[in-house]
Amino acid sequence: MSRIYTIKNKLVESRLFLNRIIAAFIVISLLTSGLIVRLVYLQIVGHEHYASLAKDNSIKIEPLVPTRGIIYDRNGKVLADNTQSFSLELIPEQIKNIDDTLLRLQKLLDISDEKIDQFQKQRKRQKRFVSTPLLMSMSDQEIAKFAVVRPYFPGVDIQARLVRHYPYTDLASHVVGYVGRINEAEMKSLPIAEYRGSSHVGKIGIENSYESELHGKTGYAEIETNVQGRAINTVNSVLPVAGKNLYLTLDIDLQKTAYDALDTFNGAVVAIDIKSGGVLVFASRPGFDPNPFVIGISNDAYQALQSSDNQPLFNRALRGLYPPGSTLKPFIALAGLEYNAISVDHKTFCPGYYQLPNVSHHYRDWKRGGHGSVNMTDAITQSCDVYFYSLALTLGIDRMHDFLQYFGFGEKSGIDLTGEKQGLLPSREWKRNRRNQAWYPGETLITGIGQGFLQITPIQLARATATLANKGEVVTPFLVKKPVDPDATGSDTENPQENLELKPENIDSIISSMVNVIHGARGTAKSIGKDINYQIAGKTGTAQVFSIKQDAKYNENDIDFKLRDHALFISFAPADDPKIAVAVVMENGGHGGSVAAPIAGKVIKQFLGSNNEN
Amino acid sequence: MKTETRSEQFHPPSVIGNILRKLHIDIPLFIGLFLISLLSFIILYSAGSQDMDILVRQAARVGLAFFLMTILAHVDPYQFKRYSALLFGLGLLLLVAVLVLGQFGKGAQRWLDLGIFRFQPSEMIKITTPMMIAWYLAEHALPPKPKQLLIAGILIIIPTLLIAKQPDLGTSLLVASSGAGVLFFAGLSWRFILAIGATLTGLTPILWHFMRTYQRDRVLTFLNPEADPLGRGYHIIQSKIAIGSGGIYGKGWLGSTQSELDFLPESSTDFIFAVFAEEFGLFGCIGLLALYLLIISRCLYIASQAQDTYSRLLAGSLAFTFFVYVFVNIGMVIGVLPVVGVPLPLISYGGTSIVTLLSGFGILMSIHTHKKFLPH
Repeated sequence: MSRIYTIKNKLVESRLFLNRIIAAFIVISLLTSGLIVRLVYLQIVGHEHYASLAKDNSIKIEPLVPTRGIIYDRNGKVLADNTQSFSLELIPEQIKNIDDTLLRLQKLLDISDEKIDQFQKQRKRQKRFVSTPLLMSMSDQEIAKFAVVRPYFPGVDIQARLVRHYPYTDLASHVVGYVGRINEAEMKSLPIAEYRGSSHVGKIGIENSYESELHGKTGYAEIETNVQGRAINTVNSVLPVAGKNLYLTLDIDLQKTAYDALDTFNGAVVAIDIKSGGVLVFASRPGFDPNPFVIGISNDAYQALQSSDNQPLFNRALRGLYPPGSTLKPFIALAGLEYNAISVDHKTFCPGYYQLPNVSHHYRDWKRGGHGSVNMTDAITQSCDVYFYSLALTLGIDRMHDFLQYFGFGEKSGIDLTGEKQGLLPSREWKRNRRNQAWYPGETLITGIGQGFLQITPIQLARATATLANKGEVVTPFLVKKPVDPDATGSDTENPQENLELKPENIDSIISSMVNVIHGARGTAKSIGKDINYQIAGKTGTAQVFSIKQDAKYNENDIDFKLRDHALFISFAPADDPKIAVAVVMENGGHGGSVAAPIAGKVIKQFLGSNNEN
Repeated sequence: MKTETRSEQFHPPSVIGNILRKLHIDIPLFIGLFLISLLSFIILYSAGSQDMDILVRQAARVGLAFFLMTILAHVDPYQFKRYSALLFGLGLLLLVAVLVLGQFGKGAQRWLDLGIFRFQPSEMIKITTPMMIAWYLAEHALPPKPKQLLIAGILIIIPTLLIAKQPDLGTSLLVASSGAGVLFFAGLSWRFILAIGATLTGLTPILWHFMRTYQRDRVLTFLNPEADPLGRGYHIIQSKIAIGSGGIYGKGWLGSTQSELDFLPESSTDFIFAVFAEEFGLFGCIGLLALYLLIISRCLYIASQAQDTYSRLLAGSLAFTFFVYVFVNIGMVIGVLPVVGVPLPLISYGGTSIVTLLSGFGILMSIHTHKKFLPH
């Protein structure tokens, strides 16, 4: 029975299959006919149209590169613009023997082998009829030299191109950044259609973080060309849309004051307009000249920058990690008040050192012999370490961590630059996860004076200071005025989003203590408080680079310069109605009060002085 | 029922014919494949800017592929059937391996580096998927019941999705159609086919949601190439200009101006048909399509003559997939289908697809040259 069924089934199957074969053949034939119909349409009906596009004259679609947006400071001073520059360009397709041509050009114009290599690399990535630059920003002499022999170099010509130019060179190099040649990795990640014809892209700074706004929209032209690919006539074009001009909140004159004041020291100065969050100064010293990067910096020059001990390419304001030292003390004191761990009048006796119960180790005060009995104002004014050791122990690491986090320590500030470092705000959890170790009370003590694991960036420090001055309304720093629009003068109000809801009386007593640092008789930065009709609030800080032994004495003159303490200073003014907050970090500067404070003083005086005139 | 053996059908007079028969080579199919490979060299020479290196490399690949085809033609189809499931499983495993390894690399990962050569598991799955489906369906009476359809559907979808994730839309499309081909020849009811077509149309928005940006770009560009003439639309516009300017008779061999002046991108690989159409015109195109149609017809004939269900289904599906290859590639080059990365079979420059395709033809030859006498 089942056998008969199977055989019958086989026959049914076989017939079914044959039907399907026939059906498949019919479908395939129909679809193939469809293709042929389309081919007939293209090759017979459309032939004349397409042939006219392709035959003698071909339509070539050429990108029209948009002009890159200009970057201005808050007063309209140009930080980055486009200047005309002449470059020697080759069209490989039109050159018979390219190696020979390059060799002759090299002799004539003294071109380095490196540039030849660069040209060869770029040539391989491009189509043969694309004009490729060999020598950028030619001098008048070079232009003249080539002009004489030009007839002997078919396919080689001098072209005028717009080249990015940074008039302030090293002064704003870390903020504005620079553009450079698109490399192969970027080639893959950038939107191809938008970058046809563009040779440069923002690498760092504002040039990088606002690349899409600055670049603009590429247009294109349909160009009629002859058989050699030379343009005859433009048939149709869609014009490019220029990149948007950017207005920064930065004040380049103020930046210069800060940068010059850092003098020979490595360091960073960040100033923030407290009401808006706009960054007024973002200086990192040493800077570097970004202009060579635009035309292609030579290997030697780049190596020199890379290997320099002073690390000029390193953006200290954004990426430098430093212990905040005593500049952290106002925040710790505020935490003490907010958590009701201390009152303003609470006093601690400072004998010059602090000891944990049952531990012999002496945690030292910077002042040998101690400050005696100090209350909170004294402790901030004179920067008494013992007071804060004691307070830190009372608060505990958990509460300190939480409170400092509200002010943005150990977090990216959110400034509109790429590559910001996060820093480190230590906690019990962090130590367990990262180091697999328990948290020790001694570590709580040194965190209380801004040492230990704690690492912050200058922009973080400035932001925390601005938030403090803003009485707990969190300030988010930014550099580019919104909205980004070519003809907007720009309102730089970006409202604080978050309020820490601190008690006004607590804030007021911290601020008055910080005013005492500058205007009090025993203040650590009283040198800058003279000759002004308003008050500055501030706090000095000294961050240890290396630790001294228990019995040794720190002597600035004895130790190597590179191991000297970092000098820090935070401040804001006017104290009763804060407008500007400034953070200064000077590497190996020694004591914050003597070197860092005057820099902040200059910035504040210049800013408030010019503002008062207006 | 026909019970003729191969030797009764053909009487090639030459010694070569005898050798080919001993090698289990199907002569009409072999001639078709040989002609098209020859054509490939001619057109590659022109499309590749007359670079002999390209030809030498291609010749090495084609040689290897023909060698592999001959070996597979020798294998008894029973062996293919026996190892279908195993090979399919192995292919899936390798696909997963590629995806996992790809997590550590950058971007698209299709290769498995085996030291001496690089292996692309998605190519292997193009053949093992129809083998698997044919094996599974041949175990049951035809036409397939709903339950078998469901299982077969799942078996097709798994490799399709794995390849789409690489992401390689073109190959995943070919794998899906090779499986669907088996179902079609197994007698899937027309009503069901229509229903699936309708469902797929309904699923388009969902599919859209899962597509990558560049895949969406391609579809959008296909719908309106003029929207982005510098970017994605460039290929299609230039390829239409090349084809259209070829006219009826073409510009002659080496006469294509469009690819010569570098207007046409990927002229040696996916867009080689445009160069062919420009140089050989409408007549050339029709000739090429006719050659393809002859090969496909011969494959369908082989399928119709196959003796067991497994062989029929597999042969039919291989023929069908070959057509999908041709149709999708030419369709995209002449601008009636979106641009997916499918080469023109046996003509485009590039090795892996040629090896896979000729392996498939090897299996077809094996099916046709290993007939047993059936009892009446």
